[in-house]
Amino acid sequence: MKSFKKIKSIITPLDKINVDTDQIVPKQFLKLIHKSGFGKFLFYNWRYDENENLKSDFILNDSKYDNSEIMVTGDNFGCGSSREHAVWALQDYGFSVIIAPSFADIFFSNCFKNGLLPISLNPKTVEKLQQELDPIEVDLERQIIKTSSEEITFEIDSYKKKILLDGLDDIAQTLQFEDKISEFERNSKVPSVL
Amino acid sequence: MGKTLFEKIWESHIVVEKQNGPSLIYIDRHLIHEVTSPQAFDGLRMNKRKVRRPDLTIATMDHNVPTNDRSLPILDQTSAVQIQTLEKNCKDFGIKLFDINSPNQGIVHVIGPQLGITLPGTTIVCGDSHTSTHGAFGTLAFGIGTSEVEHVLTSQTLWLEKPKPFEIRVDGKRKNPHAVTAKDIVLSIIKNIGTSGGAGTVIEYCGQGITDLSMEQRMTICNMSIEAGARAGLITPDEKTFDYLRNREYTPKNYESLVDNWKEQLKTDNDAKFEKQFTLNIDDIAPQVSWGTNPGMTCDVTESIPSPEEFSKGDANQKKGAEKALDYMDLKPGIPITDIKIDRVFIGSCTNARLEDLIEASKVVKGQKISTNVRAMVVPGSQMVKKQAEDIGLDKIFINANFEWREAGCSMCLGMNPDILSPGERCASTSNRNFEGRQGTGGRTHLVSPVMAAAAAIEGHFVDVREMDLS
Repeated sequence: MKSFKKIKSIITPLDKINVDTDQIVPKQFLKLIHKSGFGKFLFYNWRYDENENLKSDFILNDSKYDNSEIMVTGDNFGCGSSREHAVWALQDYGFSVIIAPSFADIFFSNCFKNGLLPISLNPKTVEKLQQELDPIEVDLERQIIKTSSEEITFEIDSYKKKILLDGLDDIAQTLQFEDKISEFERNSKVPSVL
Repeated sequence: MGKTLFEKIWESHIVVEKQNGPSLIYIDRHLIHEVTSPQAFDGLRMNKRKVRRPDLTIATMDHNVPTNDRSLPILDQTSAVQIQTLEKNCKDFGIKLFDINSPNQGIVHVIGPQLGITLPGTTIVCGDSHTSTHGAFGTLAFGIGTSEVEHVLTSQTLWLEKPKPFEIRVDGKRKNPHAVTAKDIVLSIIKNIGTSGGAGTVIEYCGQGITDLSMEQRMTICNMSIEAGARAGLITPDEKTFDYLRNREYTPKNYESLVDNWKEQLKTDNDAKFEKQFTLNIDDIAPQVSWGTNPGMTCDVTESIPSPEEFSKGDANQKKGAEKALDYMDLKPGIPITDIKIDRVFIGSCTNARLEDLIEASKVVKGQKISTNVRAMVVPGSQMVKKQAEDIGLDKIFINANFEWREAGCSMCLGMNPDILSPGERCASTSNRNFEGRQGTGGRTHLVSPVMAAAAAIEGHFVDVREMDLS
């Protein structure tokens, strides 16, 4: 995984609550067997009409946001299906940070496995950020979001922060506990399936 | 202080505990399917890693398998590749697979309990959010992403933040349990607590309204915990649980001694503390019908479509959401639910495609024909369910009523296979999600119980099944 660097960009305001992962990547694109190239399917049914033409009223289709790396959106983002394809699509499209009042649990943990930073802030702050027209800076190291007028601090679990900053392989970290896992298995009374 | 059932299972699975932050939790059972696993196996190959415990790992194909004649080739090439990829991965890494021709094939959350793989007091994960289903057995079970699938394949563990315990008490007794079902109970709960009401928690369901339910009905309740945003749902195992799992194909040999331990250990202490509580009385609840684009947008069958103002109770974001949902669903406030005409009926999914669901639905259908404007299908949750249903003649009841009788799979719950809605089609569905486009781009989903779906198929619109004789 790439290590997470400071991000500076304008924000894409997606003013919706309960955005589910079926919207982030519709199911017809889940049949691929690799992780790459999902960006073109991001919000597919919101971006394209039935003839596969871009819908002019959807925010991502406004060229002003083409280089935006930060999405600011509503409550309970990423709810529903556990599909990690949602994270792959957001990243492949170009997003590095998603800011919302809250995230669905599975989506939230999927983000950290791929180097996408989800930041949850109180609803009032999120609302204000959605209006921000100038670029903002997200500094994970210092846990600060810098806007043209203020600095907003955010919370993040220290282990997750380290994983992102160092771009660590989560599994390699876990395998350092091999002896503990083996010890647990020796004491486990749960029978095998087979 | 006492402990909740969830806390007891959690603590008995801690491999590494840290002062702050996540714990490393051992996983007793890992269920795999074709859609969320290929990239995980890719990761193993890339890093030259093995599957640590193939003996705790079980695979099947369910999400994109066609549900028509199994002897026909799979026409969708990308689906075929994904299915072949699972076959190859299972072969290469030594994992037991119930493939498309296996009598044990079916929706992963239906076959786990049916095969006795799901056990009380254990931890189960699967790259599928409806893994919460297995919680009906007193199992800590939850959905994970593909990176976590890879993590479990390699290490049989996961780093997890400890969720908070949430008690949902279901009191009372339904007057007509054939008409008001587990699906109506869980939709009522979600309607009340909202689709993120359970975020960050594991729900423990308790009360007479839960203990009265059969195991299959309890699975329907736990299945939809994720639709309330919860990580998992749990129900304390009892004699019904132990009876259900006895003598299944993979029930452990020392089952009775395990049962003795479970009886002693797997319960919430009287003085245990929950972070959150909610109580629902079900004495008078009605069959539920969803009208919007998330499962919280649900009302009684006797009600009319609410206005966005009524629904949102002053929350501007909720109001906007409801307006958009009504627009997508092509519905107007004030329309009685029973006036809504439907085009399609889907009886299936990990929520409601078990034998009991099909038996109950068949009572509505028996001797009737579906409305000429409706196309209806039954997709049993597993090949075992299909066979059991055929053994008691349910297939004939459905086929005689002009239902399509299909092979097992996830089918039109998420429309990854050819079973999809056309744009604008309106469906009464026993599945779990009414998200935009879930059952097909532009399709409109109303979530209901199997009896409500069956009755809607016959009448061509929603009806209150309490007015029918279902005994």
